[in-house]
Amino acid sequence: MSIEYFEEEDVPHVLAVDDNLIDRKLVEKLLKTSSCRVTTAENAMRAMEYLGLKENQQQNHLNGNGRKVNMIITDYCMPGMTGYELLQKIKESAVLKDVPVVIMSSENIPNRINECLEKGAERFILKPVKLADVKKLRRQLTKC
Amino acid sequence: MASVPQLQRQFIEYTTSLHNEGYLDDQFSQLQKLQDESNPDFVVEVVSLYFEDSEKLLNNLATALQQKSVDYKQVDSHVHQFKGSSSSIGAQRVASVCVHFRNFCEEKNLEGCLRCLQQVKQEYILVRNKLEALFGLEQQILQAGGSIPMME
Repeated sequence: MSIEYFEEEDVPHVLAVDDNLIDRKLVEKLLKTSSCRVTTAENAMRAMEYLGLKENQQQNHLNGNGRKVNMIITDYCMPGMTGYELLQKIKESAVLKDVPVVIMSSENIPNRINECLEKGAERFILKPVKLADVKKLRRQLTKC
Repeated sequence: MASVPQLQRQFIEYTTSLHNEGYLDDQFSQLQKLQDESNPDFVVEVVSLYFEDSEKLLNNLATALQQKSVDYKQVDSHVHQFKGSSSSIGAQRVASVCVHFRNFCEEKNLEGCLRCLQQVKQEYILVRNKLEALFGLEQQILQAGGSIPMME
């Protein structure tokens, strides 16, 4: 068994957003298995709070308290605010617009996929998410 | 008391049959691949969450369909959740029934929905029983000092 030592900053920090408990646990495990630090949020509002995007939250270039996020992976269909709307908010933010956003969905709807990609989503993944999908993402992250 | 090799053979045969009969699909194998020394109970943990969640969803569905004026959007939302989590753990047959169920929701077809509720409940109970039997076999193997065969 080989042990790799990472500096705090070397391990990508991913924010995973999904309202489904099982999917959240699965994505978290997939990301951890791929050597990522993971924070989960159960809906877009919580994600926005975490990212400092809610109105009246102070936006600073460090994004506060070590909450630097290297990637956001979010479900599309969520109650309240959808993953697409969250994507929009992220892309509108001066601080966060360059953070890659990945959208997950159980529904293979070409219009939806195009909409997300055009809005600047890094990738669209069809659920259920597999280890191969996450490994691909992880390889991309190391290039950043 | 069966020997470890006998138990392991049973495990392999049972897992294979569950896949062949469509109860479980490749996604379940994905879960098994994620289990390792640092997280030896991962599959049981996720599946236990699935059982808890599913039972809540089934109750919510029954309640929603009993309303005088059924809110089909709400019913569809529950089915969507159920389909999602079932797919994520590889419970293929449950997920398939959910697809039909959603169609009936769209049509606001109460009879169709009620039939699907019965069906999805049945499929869920079946897969739950089978997974519990599978976990039971695993326990027997481990207690007899053996290791769980890796399924390709």
